[in-house]
Parts: sequence; structure tokens; C-alpha cells
Amino acid sequence: MSFFDGLKFRKISSPIHNLDPRVKFIYACVIFVVAIIFWELIPLIGLFLIQIPLVQIARVRKEWARSMRGAAILALIIFFTNLIFSFLGAGSTFRISFLEYALAMMLRFLVLVEAFSIFFLTTSPDHLGLALEQSRVPYEFCFAFTTAIRFVPVLAGEAQTIIDAQKARGLELEKGSFFKRVRNYIPILIPLIVSAIRRSLELAEAMESRAWGAVKKRTNLYELKFKAGDYILGAVALSILAISIYVRLCLKVPTIEELLAFLISKI
Amino acid sequence: MIEVRDVYFTYPSGVEALKGVSLTIKDGEFVSIMGENGAGKTTLVKHFNGLLKPTKGTVLVNGIDTKKVSVATLARKVGFVFQNPDHQLFSETVEDEVAFALRNFGFSEDVIKRRVEWALNLLGLSQYRKTSPFMLSGGERKRVALASVLAWDPEILILDEPTIGQDYLQKETLRQFIMQLREQGKTIIIVTHDVEFVAECNPRVILMRDGRIIADGEAKKVLTDSETLSKASIIPPQITQVFFQLPELNVNSGIIDIYEARSVLIKVLRKGIKN
Amino acid sequence: MPIIETKNLTYTYPSATKPSIKNVTIKIEKGEFVLVTGPSGCGKTTLCRCFNGLIPHFYQGKLEGEITVAGLRVPDHPTYELAKHVGMVFQNPENQLFALSVEKDVAFGLENLGIPREEIRKRVDWALKLTGIYHLKERAPHELSGGQQQRVAIASVIAMQPEVIVLDEPTSFLDPLGAQKIFEVIYELNRQLGLTVVLVEHRLDLTAKYANHLIVMNNGEVVLDGDPRKILEYEEPQLMGVGIPKVTRLYKLLKADGIKLGSLLPLSPKELADEIRSVLKRDD
Repeated sequence: MSFFDGLKFRKISSPIHNLDPRVKFIYACVIFVVAIIFWELIPLIGLFLIQIPLVQIARVRKEWARSMRGAAILALIIFFTNLIFSFLGAGSTFRISFLEYALAMMLRFLVLVEAFSIFFLTTSPDHLGLALEQSRVPYEFCFAFTTAIRFVPVLAGEAQTIIDAQKARGLELEKGSFFKRVRNYIPILIPLIVSAIRRSLELAEAMESRAWGAVKKRTNLYELKFKAGDYILGAVALSILAISIYVRLCLKVPTIEELLAFLISKI
Repeated sequence: MIEVRDVYFTYPSGVEALKGVSLTIKDGEFVSIMGENGAGKTTLVKHFNGLLKPTKGTVLVNGIDTKKVSVATLARKVGFVFQNPDHQLFSETVEDEVAFALRNFGFSEDVIKRRVEWALNLLGLSQYRKTSPFMLSGGERKRVALASVLAWDPEILILDEPTIGQDYLQKETLRQFIMQLREQGKTIIIVTHDVEFVAECNPRVILMRDGRIIADGEAKKVLTDSETLSKASIIPPQITQVFFQLPELNVNSGIIDIYEARSVLIKVLRKGIKN
Repeated sequence: MPIIETKNLTYTYPSATKPSIKNVTIKIEKGEFVLVTGPSGCGKTTLCRCFNGLIPHFYQGKLEGEITVAGLRVPDHPTYELAKHVGMVFQNPENQLFALSVEKDVAFGLENLGIPREEIRKRVDWALKLTGIYHLKERAPHELSGGQQQRVAIASVIAMQPEVIVLDEPTSFLDPLGAQKIFEVIYELNRQLGLTVVLVEHRLDLTAKYANHLIVMNNGEVVLDGDPRKILEYEEPQLMGVGIPKVTRLYKLLKADGIKLGSLLPLSPKELADEIRSVLKRDD
């Protein structure tokens, strides 16, 4: 579960947390696009490194490290599949550039995880809902979104209680053939569904009682406004995008091999 | 018999719910575990049927270490009725619901039939045999849940918050039912913060606070010890509070029962009149 | 004019064959603290659902008779309009809080009404202070204790500045101390703001002392209605399965034994202790 933990929001305050989620989302998307347009190792290393200061400022290093660790296995799989396929594709011969390519692909994945985990680690679901709302997404949808997030831990706790209650009546989940095991979950699923339905009725009742749907244009306690920091991050993101596109189209990006050869020739 | 020896328990989330609990519950005892929400009451009783295993220390049920056997094995001896019946009801009929555990334990069909019959009778549910448990009222659903555990006749019965949301008559029925089970020699453990209910039942009371036991003894003693009660955030029974308000009477505290209070007060007041 | 008035109110749920409440005729005056009690399934909750229009608007079904709340005929006004006059607090705190922060939850109703942001902010802070949870305003509701959650629910209703607050067994999931705090918060709101309180409760031992109007229901009908001290003097409530406070029962036992206690029926340990003390003093 550590990978998901890395995406779980924890309430703290930092300059990054206070940024507008929309800008942070644009930033994450820019990193995503840039990571996709490069397949060379050097720019990807750059992309990976420039985000580390953000992690520092946001004070989410521990959570970030956890999500990176969670992504590590997948990253290694990407590395080895790329390496093996290049190796086989070239008729079972090995070249240094294969290694570099495999590393780049692995790093591309890590850059993506990095960018989005920064986004999720520093954006409260409330804020996210608000961003959706202000982006003209219908309020019902935004409400459903935040309510769903709100009830995930509640339902998880409830599922555990139901499992305990049935185990106390002698239910053994791990016993029997595959089909028997699937059937074992019926006594868990039915109470879970029934209580979810009951819960949603109660929620609806409480919403009605608090004037749900009274006016077409409802107010929101919070309002997202662009501040200096948002403009800065936005500008940074757009510059990264512009520079990357320019580099991609007009310049040749050297591989590490070429860079080393070039440096050695200078000496 | 349940023996708990210096048990610590930490949830995967890192919350330390039990911090060194030791106690022994003998066969046939009637015990009430009290304390505020989050004191560790439910965590403790979940150790009695192996749903939770101690992080440190041991729990023995009839001499068997709960770490060494499955919940299903322990459940044969220790019945556990959860607070909310809706967390366990799932069958199409009340009859099937009550038979569920019996099937899990591998009883033969004719034994199951007999036991279901017996349990439904015991709790006055016979007329609902073919009814869906979801069609019943809250109080009836609670009784179905109880029947579904009693059906396999466990030696030890744990009831988690049995009085929540129950009215006065339902509580009275429950109290009489518990007394009846006691006469059959069953060990009864209730987890509750219903002081008035406990005062009426007069069991052994174990008071918990912050993962530890802070008092253990007769209800009469524990529920009249104002200092310990306030530590556990428990409000004393009304009858006891009357005596707390009247220190000048010099009545030795220890009164939780309304009839005892009546005879003590009559004595004091009549004496007063004579003087 | 009463704030809530019903005349021969009878209601049947859509799939039910017989009515859940029958011929209910009651009057609740502004500023009263009303306690509604009765055995499980007696129709208390159903009656409360009529007060803010959940019945008939949300539940449908068949409503007969008259019901007026804050001068509005309930069947003619949607729930969101009645919500401005009647706040509802339900039994399970978990299922009436939606947001990811306390203040956002308290703002929910006001947001729905489209009230300007600055005004919402003011009212939210006011409601949070009144219920003693201002310091929790940025916390996530589901991380709080049950008692705190229920205070959030109360604040979120108070913020809408209703004339009546209806609470349906608001403390059954709480421990006694948490419950006591809730009742005290409600009592303070009743005293300070003159807010009309309708509290549904089984446990009269915890609540009877706050009430100045008691309604006892049984089988969907109102069987007793009036001053709690008068009603609890009768034997009917206990026979019906209403758990009358232990001190009240003790008082009755002592009186039956010929002890000359005062005529005020005690509803709390303190009141009984005071009466016993005055007997002792009288004898000195």
C-alpha cells in the first residue's frame, strides 16, 4: 500500500500547499508532456532534479520518498524489460546506448510519479473539489467527488468490522477451492452494500435538511484566487514547456555517451 | 476461563490501544467492561476470540494461547455479538441467518435444525422464521444477531454495547435474558458505557482508560468511587449521585440500587423525624 | 402563536399498510425545550421528519391533517425553505457531515442558500464559537470524536439561524460524558438564544431536567403531553416502557413510604438531594 500512501494528502501548510491546485495541475501536466517528448537521459535527469526543491519547500519529503520507494519495483521492471527488448531486438548484442535508453525510460516513469505525487501530496481533496467547481464542472459532480474521498476511510473501517463480525461466527475466508473462496465473501458484501445504501439515505436526508438545492448558484466558503506564487509557478511551467519544445525541435540532445566523448576530446 | 497476561496491542496505524493489560475472568462470571470511547474496551474483548492477537503478552482461553489457534476454533467457545446487527445480517431468512454459524462449524443438518429451533424460541423469534432479517425492526434485528450467536451455545458470551439505542423495556428484557444465561453457568462479558444498566445488573466492573485497567471490582465499589470514575470519564449512577450530594448523611457510599437507597434513606429520615 | 402546531396529523409511509403516526395534535411554543419520548417504534422519529418537511417531500407517502411550522404550512413548502426555520440533527454524526474540514461542513447549508461569502464566514465563526469547537475549525470531521462530530452537526444547523432545532437521539453513539456535553450545549442554546428545542430521547435520566415540555408517544399516538413534572408523576409512562429517571422513581418510593418530601417532582439527583436535605432541616 506504500505507493498509495505516497499519494495520500496530509494536512500541513507550506507555500506549495497554498498554491492554486489548477496551477499545480498544469505544472504536473507540463512535466508529463516534457517527460514524454524526451527519450534521452540528460533532460530527464534534469527534470527529475528540478522538482526536488519543491518537495523540500512543501515539507513532504518523507511521504514523497515513500511514494518513490513504492514506484521503485515498477521502475525496475521498466528498466529490465527495455534493456532485454533492446538486447533481443539487436540480435542479442549489447551496446552502452541500450543501458542509457533503459535508464531513461525508467527515469521518465519516475519523473511522472514524482510530479503527480507532489500534486496529490500538496493538494487537499477539498481544494481539488473547489478547483473543479471553479473550472465550471457541475457542483453535483464536485460534491460527489469530495464525498467519495471523505467516505473511503469510513467504508474501509466498516468493512473491517463486518469481516470481524462474520469471522466471529466461524466464517473462514481463506478456506476451500477458488469458487468457495469467492462465495465466502458474500456474507461480507451483503452487509456492506446494505449499510452503504442505508448510509446514503441518511446522507440524503441530512443534505435535504441543510437546504440542498435551494438556489441555482450556490456560494462557496472558499474561493480560489491566483496569487503571486501561482503566477510564478505558472510562468516556470510554461517556460519549461517552451524551452523543451525549442530544444526538441531545434537542437540535438546529446546522449551521455556523446557528452562524455565530447568532454574527453576537449581535455 | 480467560487469562490476559500483560497484553499490549498496537494497531497497524500505529495507535497503541492496549498498554499492559492483565486480568482473569473465571467461568460463570458476569463482567462489564466500561470506559469512554477509545479507552480500549472493544480492542480488549476482540482479543478474547482471537480477532486480534496481542502485539506483546499472551491471552489464554481455557488454557489455549489465542496466537496458536484460528478465530473459528476460538469462536466455538467464545460467542461475540457485535454492536450493530446490520454488520452481520445477510441471509434471506431469519432461519438461515441463525444457521449460518452452525454450518460454518460443520454441525449436521438435523442438529442445525434443532439448534435453530431452540435459539429462535429462546429469543421469541419463531414467527419470523421465514422472514427476511432486513424486514424486521431494529430491536428484532438485534435479537436475530444474538440468536445467531447463541445457536451454537458458546460457553463465553461477549456483548458489545448491547443497550445502545434500546428503550427501557428492551433493556429490561435483555437484563433478564442475561440473568437467565448466567443461571445456566455461562460467562457473560458486556462492553458498555450504560452506567444505569450496569447498576441494575450489578456485575464485576472493569474500568478502562487509555489502554489500561484502572479499576476492577464489584459494581457497588467501582461505580461509587467518584475519583476513579471521573478519571474514566464515567458519570456515576443517579442513585449514587444523590448520596454524593448529601455528604452530611454520613451514609457509607456503595449504593447503586434504588431499593437499597430507599431502605437506607427511610432509616435516616425516620431517625431524623424521631429526634 | 405556536412555532409548531399540528392538528390530527396522520402519516403513512409509501410501502406501509398502517400509519406510523395517528391523529397527532400538539402545540410547541417559541422558546420551549421539548422532550419527545416513547418506546422504540412509537413514531417519534416520524413526527420529527414532519417538522422540516422531509415528510412528505422526501419520503412521499400519505400525509393527512394539518401541520404548520413557523407560520408555514409544511406540505406547501419545500424542505430547503423549511430548513431555514427548522434545523435537524440526526442520530449518527458520521452520516450528516460531508466536508473535509469542520468549517466547510458548518458552511454547507449557508452555501446552499447562496448567502454571500463574507456573511457565511461570520455566521460560521459565530456558530463554531457558540458550540465550543472554534479551535477545531480546520480539522477533518471524520478524525474527531463522536461528541465533537455531533457538535459540528449542531453548529452546522445553528449557522442557518433557525427558530427550531430538532435533535433525534443525538447522543446514542456517545459515551456518557460526551452525551452530557451535547445536552449542555443544547440547553445553553435554548437559554441564550431562546431557540426552540425538540429533543427525541429514550434516556430521561440524562435529559428530563432540561425540559419544560414533555411529549410521550406510543403506537404512533401522543398519549401524554405537558409539564414533565406532572407527567412523570403518573404511572402510565413507566408501564408503557418509558424509562423514567431513577431519582424520580426513588422519590415516588419514599413518598409512598410516608416520607414527607416536597411536592416538586425531582428530575435530577441534585433536586432529590435538596428535598431530602430540607426534610432533615425541617426535623432539626
